[in-house]
Amino acid sequence: MTRLISFLAHAVYMGTPLLFGTVGEIQNEKAGHLNLGVEGTMAMGACAGFMIAYKTGSLWLSILAAFLMGALVSLIYAFLTITMMANQNVTGLTLTIFGTGLSNFIGEQMISASPTGNLKLPEGVMNSLKDIEIPLLSKIPVLGEVLFSQNIFTYLSIIIAVIMFIYLKKTKTGLNLRTIGENPAVADAVGINVVKYKYINVLIGGGICGIGGAFCSMVINGGVWMANSVNGLGWIAVALVIFAVWNPARAIYGAYIFGAFMVLKYYFPKDLGFTVPESFFDMLPYLVTALVLIITSVRKSRERSQPQSCGINYFREER
Amino acid sequence: MADTIKKEPLIRIAKRAERSNKQKLILRLLSVLLAICAGGIFILILGKNPFSYYAKMVKGAFIGKNAASPFMPFKETIKIMIPLLISSLGITLAFKMKFWNIGAEGQIIMGGIFASYFALYHYDMPHYLLFVVMFVAAMIGGGLYGIIPAFFKAKFDTNETLLTLMLNYIALYVIDWLTKGAWQDPESKGYPKIARFDLNAWLDSMGGVQIGWVIGLVLVVLVFIYLKYTKQGYEITVVSDSHATARYAGMSPSKIMIRTMFLSGAICGIAGMVQACGTEHTLSTSVAGGVGFTAIIVAWLANLNPFGILVVSFLFAVLEKGSTVVSSEFVLSPYCSDVLQGIILFFVLGCEFFIRYRFVTRGGRKND
Repeated sequence: MTRLISFLAHAVYMGTPLLFGTVGEIQNEKAGHLNLGVEGTMAMGACAGFMIAYKTGSLWLSILAAFLMGALVSLIYAFLTITMMANQNVTGLTLTIFGTGLSNFIGEQMISASPTGNLKLPEGVMNSLKDIEIPLLSKIPVLGEVLFSQNIFTYLSIIIAVIMFIYLKKTKTGLNLRTIGENPAVADAVGINVVKYKYINVLIGGGICGIGGAFCSMVINGGVWMANSVNGLGWIAVALVIFAVWNPARAIYGAYIFGAFMVLKYYFPKDLGFTVPESFFDMLPYLVTALVLIITSVRKSRERSQPQSCGINYFREER
Repeated sequence: MADTIKKEPLIRIAKRAERSNKQKLILRLLSVLLAICAGGIFILILGKNPFSYYAKMVKGAFIGKNAASPFMPFKETIKIMIPLLISSLGITLAFKMKFWNIGAEGQIIMGGIFASYFALYHYDMPHYLLFVVMFVAAMIGGGLYGIIPAFFKAKFDTNETLLTLMLNYIALYVIDWLTKGAWQDPESKGYPKIARFDLNAWLDSMGGVQIGWVIGLVLVVLVFIYLKYTKQGYEITVVSDSHATARYAGMSPSKIMIRTMFLSGAICGIAGMVQACGTEHTLSTSVAGGVGFTAIIVAWLANLNPFGILVVSFLFAVLEKGSTVVSSEFVLSPYCSDVLQGIILFFVLGCEFFIRYRFVTRGGRKND
């Protein structure tokens, strides 16, 4: 039982950066932008978050910095795809190469400038990153230990996902955004400022991805800077959007299921009489996503598909 | 009606008539020039001299310090170029059809795996026969892996961008599994790696560089002819414009899609075989190493023109090799090259805008 609980808690922990990335990407796709730059955006967030925490020792400043950095690099993507109408796939991939490269680059320059030859977060930040047990809630059996004894990032990610759900499903602004994602020409015709909406949402979505990156560099690596800390999680987040059928609330448990896939190899019973290769466990999240992708398209339900205009830039005079 | 429109916006965007090829080329070169300036500013911020940085970079990609073989770096540049060139050509076929195949990475890996099977377990056949067998196996491996997304796209309209992306990772972990399991080098004392290929399975070299560059050059011509002068190439163009039109003309879009993706994947597969048997002489998880992603950008920058791809992939290889040389000399992290690549690409992507659109100011001419 304790093994199961620690497995589930570990799954939630690993699902946290995925949740940030997924929610950010959902917001992008709802605006009609398939942003393949999540990996790069997260990497830049990882860098900004870590370096600010390293320099200032303030957790909140570093989360803010990760958000702003995510939004800043998304501005490049937004400018190129919204204003300059560049191809979204290529721009996103470029952002990934650029973001990952710049993040690693800054990291290495900082390392060579530091006297000790490595970068370690100050004690104060590490303390505020420890697990926080929420009063009362953490006393609930199983659930309390799994969900309510996590670090600050996990709580923040759930709050953001819930807010995003309410924003998309329950507010007028969210409805406008979904209209843009489905059919920007219609949105334009009813007087919604398509360009403004797209910019704001792509930027905020990027910022959320950036916070997810900060989790990777600050928490997963135990407070020591390492290159490539995001290490493909951004791509899984892109995949998770499909699994979550573009719904931030479903993204919460989707992220934890994927988190479970990622840590399953540490908990899989070894006395079953057969062994499953470790590579298979690593492959699992991607395999599941591929299957989900195929199954949803076979069932062809409109509710469960990508926003219609996703990947296509909106040019007003071509309505 | 006209009264309801209060005023025309100060600046608006309009589509322009197709620019001439010469104009396009000038614009692209201009954007690269701007990008180099922007990269120069980045280097300046780092406190280095951008002029000597660039000069050393270009020199570093061609000529080395070793007096015995001064052109060693140039050969390495070509080595970097080979898989990039070949897989860009593969991607081009899919992109021409507006099939967003970002699965080159996976197709390269599958080609590598299929070829490696023969390199590891059937290396005792005659050298040239082995070469042909590996070549064909790589094409089949990559091609079959390319068919998967095409089949589902044709049958169920499954999103190919995301599916090919997932297939990349699945392929990556297949290699990972092979290195740790079935194909693990028995002499590696438990270290997960695949044995070095027998010398018989190595690709020959020509002019001091593995034969892959010749394969690449031949493919440039073949892909060019295929797209421009064959019936199948024409069918790709029709399908890319409209499936309905294709059907009306008696073509089967599904069949064309699957066939084209087989070829696209097969060419990427060749890149995998060339990389494994020609450069690395073993199979590892880094056989594709991001080349599949860079290849997309190369193909796009070259405007899907095979000869353009030849030029762009060479320039990318120069950038890559040059940056490694110069970064060690300037004590900068080699990741600097990724940053510069990104900056250059952003500028070129932005420049596409000026090829397709123009700004119209208020009161300006309405028609171009």
